[in-house]
Amino acid sequence: MSDTEFEGIVESRWSGGASPFAINSKKLGMWLFIVSDSLTFSALLISYAYVRLETPDWPRPFEIWPAIAKSSLMTFVLLSSSLTMVLGVNAAFNGDRKKTVRYLIATIICGIAFVAIHATEWVTLLGEGVTPWSNPFNPAAPLFGGTFFGLTGLHMLHVTIGVVYLAIIAWGFGKDKYTAEHVEVSGLYWHFVDLVWMFIFPMVYLLSVNPK
Amino acid sequence: MSAHGHTAELTHEHAVGTTKLFATVWVWLLLLTIVEVFLAYLRLEVHLMITILVGLSLIKAALIISYFMHMRFERLGLFLLLIPAMVFCICMMLIMFFPDSIRLTHLRPH
Repeated sequence: MSDTEFEGIVESRWSGGASPFAINSKKLGMWLFIVSDSLTFSALLISYAYVRLETPDWPRPFEIWPAIAKSSLMTFVLLSSSLTMVLGVNAAFNGDRKKTVRYLIATIICGIAFVAIHATEWVTLLGEGVTPWSNPFNPAAPLFGGTFFGLTGLHMLHVTIGVVYLAIIAWGFGKDKYTAEHVEVSGLYWHFVDLVWMFIFPMVYLLSVNPK
Repeated sequence: MSAHGHTAELTHEHAVGTTKLFATVWVWLLLLTIVEVFLAYLRLEVHLMITILVGLSLIKAALIISYFMHMRFERLGLFLLLIPAMVFCICMMLIMFFPDSIRLTHLRPH
């Protein structure tokens, strides 16, 4: 191989502009964030699963109404928001700005509805006397409240941040400030929040259904 | 070829998947959720229950990652960069965490 030929290869590979995964840097950044955040949630869920399985007489306070009905509705709302989000991303790539913004607003409304229903659920539990360090069902299992509020609270924080993030993206995309890629990257975050709830819902709620 | 044209060629800047496909995935996710809620009332032993529920949740997660998060339409390289590393780290957490914590419960006076 001649020197000039070698230099040519080196230049093409290292001079920038190459995209080994065929995605833009924003999207790769979001994916890496998602992987690290998924490890945070896995650590919490793994420790919760251990505490749940190893504590005798773990409280099972969740009745069909309100807890299970509400949390199932929340799951439905979040899944539907993922559908509107992915359709919004498609509309963005098709160049339909109005439709994209409408889908994003639908997603935001679903996100707000999720947080609102969840807040009423929290208020019910707090009213029953559940706190992060104690609960009236079984005083020997104080971690019931801690794990419940810890897991759902961190997830709710993610949903709230997601709502703000999507609102900024919808505003900017409507004003032609942002590209379809911005919408897609915000979509990745939103789907991840949905994905995490797919683990929290069965592990926190469905494992503590009142058997009666 | 200009640098910009080069990038545009490598990154697909067009819509992937159809409304019908995403709606189908959404229906499947809802069906799996209904199955989970139904299972919650079957009074299974808790270790079996958590295994089934986490298994179903993993299927749902795979559906969300592959279709909603477009992983099916990305290059294989991106999948190989992200997912095996994540699965490896989660497995390491399980391996590091459980033996010690289970030993602790056996130390607990009964």
